[in-house]
Amino acid sequence: MSRMSVPNGSPTEFQEYRDGVRSWLKANAPASMPSAAELIPAAKAFQAALFDAGYAGITWPKDVGGQGLSPAYQQVYSDEAAAYELPVYPFIIGMGMCGPTVNDLGTDEQRTGYLPRLLRGEDIWCQLFSEPGAGSDVASLQTRAVLDGDTWVVNGQKVWTTNAQWADFGALLARTDPDRPKHSGLTMFVLDMHAPGVTVRPLKDMSGRAPFNEVYFDDVRIPVDAVLGQVNGGWNAAVTMLGHERVSIGATRKPKTNPMEFASLVELARDHGVTGDPAQRERLAELYADERVLDLFNVRMRQETMAGNPPGARGSVAKLAGALLLRKAIETAGQIAGSDTIAWEPDDARGAGLALGINSAPASSIAGGTNEVQHNIIGERILGLPKEPQVDRDIPFRELKVGTQRG
Amino acid sequence: MQLVLDPEQQELRSAIRKFLTDQSPSARVRSAMESADGYDRELWRRMATELGLLGLAVPEQYAGAGAGHVERAIVQEELGRSLAPSPFLGSAVLATDTLLALDDEAARAELLPRMVAGELIAAVAVAEGGGAWDRTGGATTASRSGDTWTLDGTKTAVVAGDVADVVLVLASTPDGPGWFRVDPSASGVTRTTLATLDPTRRLAKIAFAGAPATPLASADAAAVLDLVADLGAVALAAEQTGGLERALEMAVDYAKVRVQFGRPIGSYQAVKHGLADVYSDWEQGLSALRYASWAADHARDELPLAAALVATYVGPAYFRAGTLCVQYHGGIGYTWEHDAHLYYKRAKSTELLFGSPARNRARLADRLGV
Repeated sequence: MSRMSVPNGSPTEFQEYRDGVRSWLKANAPASMPSAAELIPAAKAFQAALFDAGYAGITWPKDVGGQGLSPAYQQVYSDEAAAYELPVYPFIIGMGMCGPTVNDLGTDEQRTGYLPRLLRGEDIWCQLFSEPGAGSDVASLQTRAVLDGDTWVVNGQKVWTTNAQWADFGALLARTDPDRPKHSGLTMFVLDMHAPGVTVRPLKDMSGRAPFNEVYFDDVRIPVDAVLGQVNGGWNAAVTMLGHERVSIGATRKPKTNPMEFASLVELARDHGVTGDPAQRERLAELYADERVLDLFNVRMRQETMAGNPPGARGSVAKLAGALLLRKAIETAGQIAGSDTIAWEPDDARGAGLALGINSAPASSIAGGTNEVQHNIIGERILGLPKEPQVDRDIPFRELKVGTQRG
Repeated sequence: MQLVLDPEQQELRSAIRKFLTDQSPSARVRSAMESADGYDRELWRRMATELGLLGLAVPEQYAGAGAGHVERAIVQEELGRSLAPSPFLGSAVLATDTLLALDDEAARAELLPRMVAGELIAAVAVAEGGGAWDRTGGATTASRSGDTWTLDGTKTAVVAGDVADVVLVLASTPDGPGWFRVDPSASGVTRTTLATLDPTRRLAKIAFAGAPATPLASADAAAVLDLVADLGAVALAAEQTGGLERALEMAVDYAKVRVQFGRPIGSYQAVKHGLADVYSDWEQGLSALRYASWAADHARDELPLAAALVATYVGPAYFRAGTLCVQYHGGIGYTWEHDAHLYYKRAKSTELLFGSPARNRARLADRLGV
């Protein structure tokens, strides 16, 4: 397949590639989503099939099992895959964030050891960054890694860890030198999630579901060759990974049916007989406009990617706008349906869906970087506005009043 | 759909931006807006003759460039950035689109080449109150006596109406709405240049009292109006998007250098986050604009919805940007000598030019079938 060696392609090559993706997905996409019990084996089987077909790690280098193609080809695949609900959720952290970071920063041994297994669906990964005392300010994290002979010994706690319940490996950010300022005493490790001393507990969120976990480390031993990047160079590694996260979130497509989408809310308005009310019609039109312009912005970013200009930090615009859109949607739903939004027959799926939408809205404004952090990213990295003075930047971490170090 | 400009379109943008930066800096904008004509005649002449901008979306048979609405939107974006007072929206957009949509080949052949060359300015008179475009022709009536027609009634908020050599009027006839061509210097026509919120764009009221008029052939006058309104909404949104971008740049530049309480005000999150919101509006509005202008060229069945979409979104967004541009400049932004107020006023005046935002939203709802 000669096209795989070219860094970018011609329209004909993209079209050929698109045709191939389309027919492969048509033949191989599972007809329905697996049940919760079957999710992991089904996801592993599908990831392996993707790998065999050449659609896993499209932009990853060939020496680790990828295809070595430009982001434009990944975009073609993503466009086509958006028509399907695929069992890929367990791999999103590994494929979207951890894998690309191992590729960027790992030794040859790490890259060839971890990445082919990830691409073939053999290992699930999670990201171990956030802590109870370190959310937006993740550099203030307190999980400690202490060198003991030829192993690091880890103690501490992580939180909001997506997919940890299934994970084989985690990309762990831990403090290795508390005498340095907070950003310069961190190290990233590849952690074996099956190692003794790792405990994963589901964390129930305000929607009543448990998509996240808390992860505890009690004297977990990590070999020295599991350091990713440089010792005390973990902040650089974290920034690398968060850059991949933005791209990954920006590329995520919404599921087909969502009770908070315009089309669903129009149905709701019809059923409540309020589509003749000018105020309701205006509200729906405004919601449509916000939803559609965000879609169009995502299309534009994808077309720019195809043209060789990946969006970079502009992914934050889409993330922020999506979170604000959801807030407007839940307000619209309430204006339309009144108390039917908050009380419904137990077997009424729409009532449950609306409530879930209301209860999920805060997550999109917090997870993956809060709206406030997205505003800062846009202001500082896109518009070039100065950062706020950072009072804790040059002070040894152990002197800071953060987390449990509040005295 | 194509939402990214191709290299030729990017070159066009660079050329226009350079031209307007050189030829229409703030001082020229201000002298033009205070001049008797209210626009920069020399700039208009060079836009026509040197850059060939007035006929970008006009077919070559009428001396145009045969390009499209994507290209014309680029011109409008740049004019919106620079605020250069010109009859472009009235003549090169609304009147040009009307002539192209009508079925009057003789009028097209006579007027368009002269409009493209910058020798003749035409305007479209539809609105009667509040800026909304009434498809029926409104209270302006056309009466026939033998072979001659006369108009009675009053049109307002006529873009470029104060300087137009020809006015295209939608009026009611016993058989429904019809389009007429009126010579504004004829007896029975009274033009009043209105006092306007926005000093960079003049609007006129035109009263007709038994004014002689020439009917313009069209199979469906209301359909012509709908198309002209949609294309005009896209062109106006382009102007707004360009102005929004410039207002954002001015505010960002100032926030980087204005120091209060010991640091640049752009380092404070209250300011930074407001600017980030404006940037977010601009990115999304620009995407909607590219879509709507693409639809105007390549997917006419999508144009009505796309035009209503971009009008609904970009109008209020520009005014938010204009508001914050003044706000973040503080006291200096409230002075006459600073340009921030010109963007604020252009934003508000374009938001309301073709009717209220509520009307835009209602029209969008109509087109969504809600």
